[in-house]
Amino acid sequence: MHIVVCVKQVPDPEAAFSMFKVDEQAKKVIPAPGLRMVMSPFDEQALEAALRVREAAGEARITVMTLGADGARAAIKHGLAMGADDGVLLADPVFEGGDACTTARVLAAAVGKLGDCDMVLTGRQAADWDAGVVGCGIAELLQLPVITFARDVKVSNGAVRVERVVDNGVDVIEAPLPAVVTVSNELGAARSPSLRETMRAARKPVVTWAATDLGLSRSEVGAEGARRVLERLFVPVRKGACELVDGATPEEQGTRLAQRLLEAKLL
Amino acid sequence: MSARGVMIVAELSAGKPISVSREMLGLARQLVAEIGGPVCAMCPSVDEALVADLIAHGADRVYTAGAPVLADYDSDAWTACTAWAVRAADPAVVLIGHTTSGADLAPRLAFRLEAAAATGCVGVGLDAGMLRFTRPCYGGNVRETVSFNTRLAVATVRGGCYDALPRDGTRRGDTVKIPLDRTALRARVIERQRESGDAVRLEDARVVIAGGRGLDGPEGFEVLARLARELRGALGASRVPCDLGWCPHSMQIGLTGKTVTPELYIAVGISGAGHHMAGCGNARNIIAINTDPEAAIYKEARWGVVGDYRKVIPPLIEAIRALRGAERKSKETAEPRR
Repeated sequence: MHIVVCVKQVPDPEAAFSMFKVDEQAKKVIPAPGLRMVMSPFDEQALEAALRVREAAGEARITVMTLGADGARAAIKHGLAMGADDGVLLADPVFEGGDACTTARVLAAAVGKLGDCDMVLTGRQAADWDAGVVGCGIAELLQLPVITFARDVKVSNGAVRVERVVDNGVDVIEAPLPAVVTVSNELGAARSPSLRETMRAARKPVVTWAATDLGLSRSEVGAEGARRVLERLFVPVRKGACELVDGATPEEQGTRLAQRLLEAKLL
Repeated sequence: MSARGVMIVAELSAGKPISVSREMLGLARQLVAEIGGPVCAMCPSVDEALVADLIAHGADRVYTAGAPVLADYDSDAWTACTAWAVRAADPAVVLIGHTTSGADLAPRLAFRLEAAAATGCVGVGLDAGMLRFTRPCYGGNVRETVSFNTRLAVATVRGGCYDALPRDGTRRGDTVKIPLDRTALRARVIERQRESGDAVRLEDARVVIAGGRGLDGPEGFEVLARLARELRGALGASRVPCDLGWCPHSMQIGLTGKTVTPELYIAVGISGAGHHMAGCGNARNIIAINTDPEAAIYKEARWGVVGDYRKVIPPLIEAIRALRGAERKSKETAEPRR
């Protein structure tokens, strides 16, 4: 079994937002210099799901794939240190300025080039744009079944069985392989790289492919292929008119708060 | 943009369109007032009463497969039905509720129809006839407004951002039958596990009491539940208590959970990170109860209490009871005099 995990490198989403600046003129979010770049957490959990499938199956090849500049190599190294077997870096200056559509196009082409992929896993959304579009896009472009928001992924007899998180419970869904699955935070924490895997990671193969390696033309990728036009980027205004309800004791605070609710006709 | 109209995808709960579906019909009417064309609604499983309901809330035409088995979301079937309806109606935009179903359907549909998708929108508007979509990103800390250079746009819309129109039984419309292509069905739903319990959907509750990491443990939700009973509200949570197993994931409110827009939102032990506020920032009134006076949540709140919820909530409940009792009494004594 060959599992491809698509990951994205993002500025550390756990960092306080004061570490980011929004340049409304340039329409860019600018992380503070030195802010750590990490694998997007849902993608890390997608890799965790792949590792669990491998453990249950006894053997599987796990490829970690990312689209990004050369710096994104660090996300692949992290994936290899977590236990993936090899990496694919999709790097090309013509990829720049792309959107979810061009990203899915490049990833789908790369999965196609690998040729023998049984399952594509990725996070439910990336921690920067929070769109949650690319996973389904890969599936549609490759005409594969897709199951989103997985909290559990199991493979047996050429099919994947997923517990899919829905608004008021869980749907258990089964699809024939090959298929695409997007993973949600309900899967649980991803493992940390072990010392042994980190040592081995340096020797694991990583290939780099550009647009021409994937048979993609310039007009299909990056800014030229993008369908999204970013019109405006801004920080929402916080209302900022909070009345602090004081009191000498918690009892007094509780009573005064109830009074406010009554006055506002909220009781 | 040519006059092509708007399509909404309606989801059902307990046999009725969910609130965001009705809100999108209201939004769709606003949009077609400017761009022209009809408002179409797609729902795979409607019966006659539901068709009438969708029309009374703003639809001109209802596309349906008339398949009761598709009342619950099925990714392949809903994608196929919606794609068929969109090809037939050729709208300028498809609006879908930002639920776990809508977030699955929208990107699939967009790629299938060579369109583009904006997910989790809080605003859909027109600027010189061009559709623009505003949505939270970067964990709810930033908003982006985007447009698309495709003929068709697809968007998921968060609940509570638009008003539904009042029901108008005199409105007229028609129905178009969608042929269901069974060869499109590949992923099969084996089982639907549903949480029993609350009659009030969290998304529809007038009062929501939500707990965060600051509850310090699952027992905290028992305290919140007492307050919820008193205010006839629903219980919610930020992501941390869900991930720690203090409460079910179905209670999660935020960027990756539910969007709620109650009259009153009481956030207890919640710091107010952007990703949580993306799910509750549109609540009419927010109360923050937190031990940390620096918590960001106070910037969003109408009232704040700095203190230990275990000590503040019991007297709050007592005071609510006392004030309600006093109010009832004064009304009773006031009545005869009138």
